[in-house]
Amino acid sequence: MDWERKNDFILKVMDAIMNKEDLEKAGSLKVKAIEIRKRILKLIYDAKGGHIGGSLSSTDILTVLYFDILNIDPKNPKDENRDRFIMSKGHSVEALYCTLAEAGFFDKEILNTYGKFNSPLTGHPVNKIPGIELNSGALGHGLGVGVGMALAGKMNAQSYKVYVLMGDGEQGEGSIYEAAMAASHYKLNNLIAIIDRNGLQISGSTEKVMSLENMKDRWEEFGWNVIEMDGNDMQQLLTTFRNDIPVNDSPTLIIAKTVKGKGVSFIENKAEWHHKAPTNAEVEAAMTELNNQI
Amino acid sequence: MTNIPCRQAFTETLLELAKNDKNIIAVTTDARGSVTLGDFAKQLPEQFIELGIAEQNGIGVSAGLALSGKNVFVCGPACFYSARSLEQVKVDVAYSGASVKIIGVSGGVSYGALGATHHSLHDIAVMRTFPGMAIAFPCDIYQTKKLTEYLAAFNQPVYVRMGRGAVPNVYSETDCPFVFGKANTLHEGKDVAFIGCGETVYHCLEAAKMLTGKGISARVIDMHAIKPLDVETIKKAAEETKAIITVEEHSIYSGLGAAVAEVVVQHKAVPMKIIGFPDENLVNGTSPELFKHYGISAENISQKAMELLTIKK
Repeated sequence: MDWERKNDFILKVMDAIMNKEDLEKAGSLKVKAIEIRKRILKLIYDAKGGHIGGSLSSTDILTVLYFDILNIDPKNPKDENRDRFIMSKGHSVEALYCTLAEAGFFDKEILNTYGKFNSPLTGHPVNKIPGIELNSGALGHGLGVGVGMALAGKMNAQSYKVYVLMGDGEQGEGSIYEAAMAASHYKLNNLIAIIDRNGLQISGSTEKVMSLENMKDRWEEFGWNVIEMDGNDMQQLLTTFRNDIPVNDSPTLIIAKTVKGKGVSFIENKAEWHHKAPTNAEVEAAMTELNNQI
Repeated sequence: MTNIPCRQAFTETLLELAKNDKNIIAVTTDARGSVTLGDFAKQLPEQFIELGIAEQNGIGVSAGLALSGKNVFVCGPACFYSARSLEQVKVDVAYSGASVKIIGVSGGVSYGALGATHHSLHDIAVMRTFPGMAIAFPCDIYQTKKLTEYLAAFNQPVYVRMGRGAVPNVYSETDCPFVFGKANTLHEGKDVAFIGCGETVYHCLEAAKMLTGKGISARVIDMHAIKPLDVETIKKAAEETKAIITVEEHSIYSGLGAAVAEVVVQHKAVPMKIIGFPDENLVNGTSPELFKHYGISAENISQKAMELLTIKK
């Protein structure tokens, strides 16, 4: 009995230590996400336009993936055992470019070319850029390609995982549901889809444009594990991706509830900031607000 | 005569290749029967992926497999892969540089009386404008076999169209020269040049034979690759003959004829006639009936050659 109690005590202490480490990790990732948001704002300001709302809503998701979850090596971006990440909501490319540069996939100086003639950084992701797997931007494509990558991993007995980030407005594309069927049919438990559920698309509320209210039920009916969580909460993101993906034969969907334009109060939850260029004064105000969050 | 359709020559060749190369994957969208992939699915189930009636996903998944190093042949009706899933072909395959081999079977008007939903008389037009997308139209089983073997080691997106029924052979087991993108001249001639692709090549050859008796020498060119196009062979035909007639199982707009004309008018303009299907909803009929009705026949080709040469004089 004493032994059991002792063992229990050790586990609790270990848990506490892990939690402390997790908390510290979440804290440092939170700061990193703010730095990435600042770079996104500068990028879009310099380019005189960009998909600012969706880039800011997905920044925390990208940060946790690239700096904690993905098994990737920026120095060897084509490693055949790497985890794959597909930015299916390709319009949030500013967040992706800034995250990739921050992670060391390419020189941060290259970000300065964004929006300029002959820049390697096109306005939607291109796989000529190290770290980008697929040319995306036409919506509803990423999940199908992700299914192919996950199938290849199974066929080759490779242990990599495939992550696909979609938008909530993107859920209107029928091709997604073709891919969702195939993913559960082939038991692709190495496939993790994420929906950046910020509730807005270019014309306004997703619920007014085309209702998605029962999204969780729909995906469960398709045979997926579905997790709903706060996609702007770094601790929840860490816990979800590290620990909460069910170990079964099904693919997993994470519905990450986010705020469009997250981090900058006057941009948050406003459909008109889907694609826009901030003024100099707006950028300065945004930078101050973001700096205050560190 | 007993012959097998090109699609069967393709699947038999692919099966043999795949037995020795586990990396070769056949993908289909509820079309294993029409493609004749049944034996492949039975013998190599671990190299076969069925995706159901979902062509967009069929192409998208194929791109994902190819981007992960698999040697993918996605096989199904040409009409669907060249229309329903066209954006996946454009973005996931061509633009993303995924070396998927898209095998469109029962192409053109092969499905005959099933109607325009099942025809693919637009495929050259759309596929040709995607940078990086190769296009091949094999004309018989021997060329199909050579092409399939070539594509197994081809590291680029490609669209291949073949028909449904068995067709007369142009080549033979022992005589089938094949260099991808290099057109074969099957019949020498200096009055007129016929340029065909796929099933029309045979009709061009028959037309040339008919004209021989009338004292007209017709050159017959098998343009098996629409892209890369054999520009040199077209230029040579423009220089060495008096007129060019293209014959295709495709809309007369933006197909083989247009591709050849682009070369001809920018090099040495000679009178041309583009034979294909008109810009209208077709009458109801079987594939051979439609070929005959719309003039993809030796009679019409030779007739048009005589008219063109008369105008020329």
